[in-house]
Amino acid sequence: MTRSITIARRELSSYFCSPIAYVVMAVFLLTCAFLFWDDFQPGQIAAMRNLFDWMVWMLVWTIPVISMGLLAQEWATGTIETLMTVPLNETDVVLGKFFGSFGFFAVLLAPTLLYVAVLKKFAVPGIDLGPILSGYLGILLVGALFISIGLFCSSLTKSQIVAAVACAAVLFVITIAPWWISGKIVSDFWVKVINQTVYKRYVDFSRGVIDTGNLVFFLASTGVFLFLTVKVLESRRWK
Amino acid sequence: MIEVRNLTKVYGQTLAVDNVSFTVPKGQIVGFLGPNGAGKSTTLKMLTCYLPPTSGGATINGFDIFHQSHEVRQNLGYLPENVPLYGEMKVRSYFDFRGRLRKMDRAERRKRIDYVVDRCWLTAMQTKSIGHLSKGYRQRVGLADALLHDPPVLILDEPTVGLDPAQIRETRKLIRELGGKHTVILSTHILPEVEAACDRAIVIALGRIVAQGSPDELRASRRLTARVLVEIRGPREPIAAALAKVAGVGQVEILNGAPTDGDLITIALSPQEGRDVREEAARTVLQNGWALREIRLERATLEEFFVQVTAQQAAGR
Repeated sequence: MTRSITIARRELSSYFCSPIAYVVMAVFLLTCAFLFWDDFQPGQIAAMRNLFDWMVWMLVWTIPVISMGLLAQEWATGTIETLMTVPLNETDVVLGKFFGSFGFFAVLLAPTLLYVAVLKKFAVPGIDLGPILSGYLGILLVGALFISIGLFCSSLTKSQIVAAVACAAVLFVITIAPWWISGKIVSDFWVKVINQTVYKRYVDFSRGVIDTGNLVFFLASTGVFLFLTVKVLESRRWK
Repeated sequence: MIEVRNLTKVYGQTLAVDNVSFTVPKGQIVGFLGPNGAGKSTTLKMLTCYLPPTSGGATINGFDIFHQSHEVRQNLGYLPENVPLYGEMKVRSYFDFRGRLRKMDRAERRKRIDYVVDRCWLTAMQTKSIGHLSKGYRQRVGLADALLHDPPVLILDEPTVGLDPAQIRETRKLIRELGGKHTVILSTHILPEVEAACDRAIVIALGRIVAQGSPDELRASRRLTARVLVEIRGPREPIAAALAKVAGVGQVEILNGAPTDGDLITIALSPQEGRDVREEAARTVLQNGWALREIRLERATLEEFFVQVTAQQAAGR
């Protein structure tokens, strides 16, 4: 476990050495600011529904950029060899990479807490913190799932571009596509399928509902992708 | 210290390493010698537990590479080919990261980092980004990393590739000094490297060991007889004829007899086995009144050996 923490720390600090991280941060926070502007209008309910609803869409392109290099770069430069010849397990590496990236995601999200403070100060008679906290929990869970998918895509290729595009495609299919289709298809079967996808499950959180089913869905699917990534790393032993 | 038994690696249809066995006693420096693509790196990757063997096995410091991979990795330091490093990290924080991964405590880390930085001449580079270092310094960072936890076994894959001559000399000297305390396997396709830095060479071609022994033994095993080179001023044919008659001389070959510099010629004498014909040859030349400019023994190089065995191997397949 301490080895995972060491890897996570290195991963997190390496983000701040790359210009990509700053570009992502700037674009993400700027977009958040515009979205919050709609929430922060006279006569509006003092909540962050608009921001939270759109944030998950932004993650569809943000997370692939954050996660694309996690393992692809290790394969491309060969540093994976120096890593795997230290006494550690594949799980240590995968967890370290995951938490390093998740840490960066948390840093990315942190400045939006400022909006909570702003709302609290100006809202009359006050704000309901419940939906905001559950909204943050939801976005963190979505982030974790997306990062695990990104990490998995990154483990399959040496090319960061391929990893990013593959990840974005998967995220699009499980997040944006169902929303888009839901307005066009009415058959019961498809409605049920669409209800199982990320966007539908996430929306509950931003409304202030913490459903155990949704919680389990996000944690379990994150676990599945982390597990698959460990298997990909181990696969060099069977080849 | 290192025991390799029938190690074999098959990639799909390709047999990369074919039934390789050897042992390296404690403190010895062994050069793993072979042309590119001979299976050197694959063998080393199996020894470092990065790749599993298809069959066969090995023990390092008594630990099995398959069943005790954690202990094996604890006991060895590895410098991979091309020295992969995290370019964005600073040299010292990279060592700190590596030390933490190896679960060294703070005091030990500091002590060992100071030691390897000093040992690998990196003192001036400690606060530089690895990405900004020259190839030579990167190589030193890789070597320092391999030494960080003071492992009994060092596995170095082409440690001098891409270095300039001065750096090559320094690196070989460092490796020489590491022998005795550490058991070292280094791979190379450069022959002088083996002669300069290793106690013993293992020659590998097309995945198989074709010869092993000290550089001298290798030369002897192939009967690479040393030639005697004689430079004389005088008439070509009579000189050749006279030298051919010297006792113990097998073959006489006129290397250059160009009439540009008076009538200076160079003749190579191949002596029969175990004979030293230098004194007798010199006497013959002087007795005939020719001017003797130089006479010297040309030692057969390992290069010749290398070309011979690898060509033979390729022909055999």
